[in-house]
Amino acid sequence: MATINSKIPEGPISQKWTNYKAHQKLVNPANKRKLDIIVVGTGLAGASAAASLGEMGFKVFNFCIQDSPRRAHSIAAQGGINAAKNYQNDGDSVYRLFYDTVKGGDYRAREANVYRLAEVSANIIDQCVAQGVPFAREYGGLLANRSFGGVQVSRTFYAKGQTGQQLLLGAYSALMRQVHEGTVKLFCRYEMQDVVIIDGRARGIIARNLVNGKLERFAAHAVVLATGGYGNTYFLSTNAMGCNCTAAIAAYRKGAWFANPAFVQIHPTCIPVHGDKQSKLTLMSESLRNDGRIWVPKKLEDAKKLQRGEIQGRDIPEEDRDYYLERRYPAFGNLVPRDVASRAAKERCDKGFGVNNTGLAVFLDFSEAIQRLGRDAVEQRYGNLFDMYEEITDVSPYDNPMMIYPAIHYTMGGLWVDYELSTNIPGLFAIGECNFSDHGANRLGASALMQGLADGYFVLPYTIQNYLSDQITVPRFSTDLPEFVETEKAVKARIDHLLGIKGKRSVDSIHKELGHVMWEYVGMARTKEGLEKALELLKGIRKEFETNLFIPHIEGVNVELDKALRLNDFITMGQLIAYDALNRNESCGGHFREEYQTEDGEAKRDDANCFYVSCWEYQGSDEKAPVMYKEPLKYEAIEVKTRNYKN
Amino acid sequence: MAKNISFTIKYWKQNGPKDAGHFEERHMKDIPDDTSFLEMLDILNEELIEEGKEPFVFDHDCREGICGMCSLYINGTPHGKTERGATTCQLYMRRFEDGCTITVEPWRSAAFPVIKDCMVDRSAFDKIQAAGGYISVRTGAPQDANAILIPKENADEAMDCATCIGCGACVAACKNGSAMLFVSSKVSQYALLPQGRPEAARRAKAMVAKMDELGFGNCTNTRACEAVCPKNESISNIARLNREFIKAKLAD
Repeated sequence: MATINSKIPEGPISQKWTNYKAHQKLVNPANKRKLDIIVVGTGLAGASAAASLGEMGFKVFNFCIQDSPRRAHSIAAQGGINAAKNYQNDGDSVYRLFYDTVKGGDYRAREANVYRLAEVSANIIDQCVAQGVPFAREYGGLLANRSFGGVQVSRTFYAKGQTGQQLLLGAYSALMRQVHEGTVKLFCRYEMQDVVIIDGRARGIIARNLVNGKLERFAAHAVVLATGGYGNTYFLSTNAMGCNCTAAIAAYRKGAWFANPAFVQIHPTCIPVHGDKQSKLTLMSESLRNDGRIWVPKKLEDAKKLQRGEIQGRDIPEEDRDYYLERRYPAFGNLVPRDVASRAAKERCDKGFGVNNTGLAVFLDFSEAIQRLGRDAVEQRYGNLFDMYEEITDVSPYDNPMMIYPAIHYTMGGLWVDYELSTNIPGLFAIGECNFSDHGANRLGASALMQGLADGYFVLPYTIQNYLSDQITVPRFSTDLPEFVETEKAVKARIDHLLGIKGKRSVDSIHKELGHVMWEYVGMARTKEGLEKALELLKGIRKEFETNLFIPHIEGVNVELDKALRLNDFITMGQLIAYDALNRNESCGGHFREEYQTEDGEAKRDDANCFYVSCWEYQGSDEKAPVMYKEPLKYEAIEVKTRNYKN
Repeated sequence: MAKNISFTIKYWKQNGPKDAGHFEERHMKDIPDDTSFLEMLDILNEELIEEGKEPFVFDHDCREGICGMCSLYINGTPHGKTERGATTCQLYMRRFEDGCTITVEPWRSAAFPVIKDCMVDRSAFDKIQAAGGYISVRTGAPQDANAILIPKENADEAMDCATCIGCGACVAACKNGSAMLFVSSKVSQYALLPQGRPEAARRAKAMVAKMDELGFGNCTNTRACEAVCPKNESISNIARLNREFIKAKLAD
């Protein structure tokens, strides 16, 4: 049995981070120059960490799979970023942001980490404004705010519907400044394949150059993973096509625990699936729920007519519309948290009230907002999203309600980290969506950007020094050491094996099959039988992958091989999600087990038996079931209650 | 309701920057017109792989028009023709007629060498950004965000400039291969904000010098860049860059 030490500092919750910073060990400037840090990923977490560490004086090697750091998928976040500034004078505070995040996460996040996140949130806005991020402003020149799901204050800062883009470009500009200074060296179109462990510590990585296909070795005193989430396990998701979990799974296979993998967020407002050739799902920002009203017809016959294409949404009179979120959750209405909104949409569609030809869609209607605010005001707020919707669906949301349906969006689970954001492998850190700690079982809107930048700008650059302070006498490692040679050899063997299969199936065709199994049995509503079946089916998919895969033999750029290496790890990830979902005998946040629900269909948590973080440990082979350890949760500041968004 | 269309696709194959390159042709049958352009290419690649052939290589990632990775020159226009500007990934097959021929080429510019097929090397943009595309602020505790008042009009205009996704369509469209729209958008974003003013002159000079050094051409105001920009960046940014640049030079 492993011992789990989350290293939460002593003292009252509001003092923990202050105390930690006051007493942690630091590295002096002369020694920083002697220490190298690898940062994998250039999204909000990776770019902000690499820029900050470089600026502090460390030598940083920063990797991304895209052609430029600016393309990381943080760029696609639309709605906004939360911060406890209380600029709107609506009673916001650090404590309230902390409380909302813990409650929104259905009481499965680690209290101390979340408090720190809320504490540094205000600094993020200051930092970004200083960098020239053009947040939305009021006429008086002050920053504007809007409201997001699961909260009763306006604390979300935004830049049109492109907040992620602007924050990432801010972090990217800071990163490029350090590249110019020579403190950060960039490696674009490189993909990490494995982590190199020497005497129990992470000391480097093996990365594949995606242009020439060659494997390369990189050594450092510490390795930071900022490689995002594992949503693409489901094939169709709102993630970018390249998003993958290979780096995280490589760490897991080397002994890093994977925490709460079952906590996957299904976002309620995505454009519905239209066909089997579809490659990804497009998100319509949650901010739309500020002014859009969600409904389905009250009468089943109206729904049938909509499904047959005989009538349109606007043809249904007001009294025949069922605004089911406003009906079920009067206090929060259309702004309930994502997991609640997603399940409510599924419930209506399962009962036959779906509004498109597949029966898997609900309306998001702006007619009332257009009447109340005028078309111009609505266009000002959501114009770019409306245009995007029309381009994709050929329907204008100004004239007809949008159709939306839930889709895989974000993964709360991730590599287990302690308070210092270190995994259980010394020297291996995980930040941003890649780790598990801050969002519990469900993430609130506009909190992912907050966490990515909090980790990268304000947390990791401190905590990593506590680790590096006793590494100052450790000289730089040679990449000729046997540990590097062996690790590279294992990666090479894996690649040769995949190239040698010479089967008939393309990577995507097998990935789609994986996605179907995951969505059907490990998606929005899970059962014991379904999850057991999924684990069986995944064995079959693994076998198909291992025996019937086809990858063309090409020197240099080989996109099919890139994808195959990722799919290998998505299958492992799929198993992990299913194991965890099967093991967690309760419903909470994004994890809904049909066996555990109240009479009116709400999630039923089991705090007596399930108040823990599940930490999964690899057992040396993908065929063997992983072993689970529990990190018990301890709440000191917040009383654990049933979530209530009704009144 | 979606209808199906059939067409011929001519796509560019090139094995590295030194290869001469050539077109290959294929007939695509019964593609639903609500398929995105890149999903259509996915179908093409599935067919090629099924026949044991090498797939067609192109850059793409977010597929929602914001990462700037996709970069195809379609029927003579970067990202293909739409009314309001869109990236390749936001182009849908309903824009094409049944029976047509679709030609797909890479961005062609001396500063963007081909890596493979339609995948090009745009690292020159990163180098321009590194030369001065930032405000020199340290991570730490700057002043309170609301201590800097910015009139809404300026903030909105800076936001419009900052919307550039760095895809390089402007360079691909320009007969001179100029990167002025890209550079001027970044320079303008910062020049419009009080935080960016202290370094405005230095930034304009450094970014323009780097652009020239990397082999991008000059601007001759043909406005081809503006016409193809998927984010509708305006060439008034170029005028602003020129003003900043001249001011900086006069101060030297």
